[in-house]
Amino acid sequence: MEPVDLDLEESALDLPSEPMTLNMGPSHPAMHGTIRMVLKLDGETVSDLDVQPGYLHRAFEKMCERGTWAQVFPYTDRLNYVSPLLNNVGYAMAVEKLLGVTVPRKGQLFRVILGELSRMSDHLTCNSAMAMELGAFTPFLWLMKAREWIWEACEEQTGARLTHSFFRVGGAAFPPTAKFIPQVRAILPKILEVVAEGEALLLKNRIFLDRTQGVGVLDRDLAVSLGASGPVLRSTGVDYDVRKDKPYLTYDEVDFEVPVGEDGDTYDRFMCRFEEIRQSIRIVEQSIALMEKIPAGSPDDAVSITDPRIVLPPKSEVYSTIEGTINHFKLIMEGVDVPAGEVYQYTEGGNGELGFFLVSRGGGTPWRVRVRGPSFFSLQASKSMIKGGMLADIIPTFGSVNMIGGECDR
Amino acid sequence: MSKLILERLSAQFGDAVLETSTAFGDDVAVVTRAAWRGAAEFIKTDPQCLCDYFVDLSCVDRCDPNVDDLDMDDRFEVYVIAYSLKHKHRVRLKTRVSGASPTLPTLTSVWAGADWMEREAFDMFGVRFVGHPDLRRILMYDEFEGHPLRKDYPANRAQPLVPYREGTFDKLGPFLQDEGMPLNRSVTLDDRVDEH
Repeated sequence: MEPVDLDLEESALDLPSEPMTLNMGPSHPAMHGTIRMVLKLDGETVSDLDVQPGYLHRAFEKMCERGTWAQVFPYTDRLNYVSPLLNNVGYAMAVEKLLGVTVPRKGQLFRVILGELSRMSDHLTCNSAMAMELGAFTPFLWLMKAREWIWEACEEQTGARLTHSFFRVGGAAFPPTAKFIPQVRAILPKILEVVAEGEALLLKNRIFLDRTQGVGVLDRDLAVSLGASGPVLRSTGVDYDVRKDKPYLTYDEVDFEVPVGEDGDTYDRFMCRFEEIRQSIRIVEQSIALMEKIPAGSPDDAVSITDPRIVLPPKSEVYSTIEGTINHFKLIMEGVDVPAGEVYQYTEGGNGELGFFLVSRGGGTPWRVRVRGPSFFSLQASKSMIKGGMLADIIPTFGSVNMIGGECDR
Repeated sequence: MSKLILERLSAQFGDAVLETSTAFGDDVAVVTRAAWRGAAEFIKTDPQCLCDYFVDLSCVDRCDPNVDDLDMDDRFEVYVIAYSLKHKHRVRLKTRVSGASPTLPTLTSVWAGADWMEREAFDMFGVRFVGHPDLRRILMYDEFEGHPLRKDYPANRAQPLVPYREGTFDKLGPFLQDEGMPLNRSVTLDDRVDEH
């Protein structure tokens, strides 16, 4: 049957509307429980908005000035709770830079492997949650299945599923367990399969494509000027990735590519994340191979340095020798004596450039710990993505920004 | 390699560049308050610097309340980090403002990203950025008094919007104000015993 209003222009059908103010969040499921948006609506179009973070502010930076350098690690876990190991690595490297120490080669590769596993879990979470918020529940469950395998591997290694606090100033808590590497080897091909399944479910779905393509567009130059990073920046076509631009750990020895988008829309951010999972798998595979080439018993074959002024002694020594007890006591009570100075150390976190700006005045307590949480910058950029769009498009757009309340509000 | 920016800055601004240093691979230049905005614009637009990517802007409170005067002239050190996507170099530009009247021109017209970072520095340290289009608190709430990351703000001072409940409860937390562990490390067990 032909519609009766075929010859009418679409604009003639618009109902007259008055501007309306709408509060969205902070206790709105699509705002992930922590962000409030005050929207000015003209019909269903968002004519202006104010994004208000801060509902998850926990005084991270103030707390860091109260304890020892090592006591910051549990806080860094909670900055980005879907990729805590990347935060551990970022902070540990910043303190090591101030101390002027370098972790042995095996420890570096170990950090790369665990970090990339975390990155995969971060991207899987973001993409699956975004799809779910658009009503696609199956990909959510399937991708969560893959994240579960990653968390099982992390649990095998670190003993914790979510907040690992695994890395230390000067290395890691333990060397790789006997089961860890085989377990990672086993899950990598399975993750690839699940990612392909997730893509097959979504990328031929007309509704999903219409809701994401051309929606929530971020301008390239604006993204650069705003300091957006990670998949949000790369989706606009800028190939900035700290792992490539200023390689740290062993990233310059492995072969991987930096996926970039073209349009800077929700779809491109989504696809960048999926492609980065594939690249992370490549990095992990190559890093495991490099790790196995390290001759057993060589100086490289250790995950931590052995300087007793920085690294805790083994528990067997603490309980059986007086030197070990004193060493342990001094490090726990007074902390690592970090020389005065200031450093900005940046790594590629799950959402982009994760920077730690540390100021030390000597002694066991930081003077200032500033974290450049990439989510804070991405959230600032989300205003220009949402403005001028439809109210309903806020949900996929906000989902694709992957705002993590912990590092955004600190 | 990126010492180039420091050299360019010194050549352009002369005495307004108070000190330059390179430590841990970071290039740092300290400029006067008057040159702050001009230096920021210069490192962004100069073809050899071209630091178009905004990395971070924040503040450090350099005052130790036990030793220094709270109104000291160089109390707050505001820094901005910018990166060049083309030349792949970055620089940290710093300036110092006084504790008595911490004001500084805004950089929002140079990098759009400075908007929220300046709001945060204002919220946490009370540095006022003159010319900022919307200088409101960003992480704390409007009713909050003081600036929490200043060194003279006590870490265990609470400002609840809803008053603490009175009386005792037989359940686990939320704790009343004087219960639980203090946030402040300097409080020893003896202090707490004395209080009760």
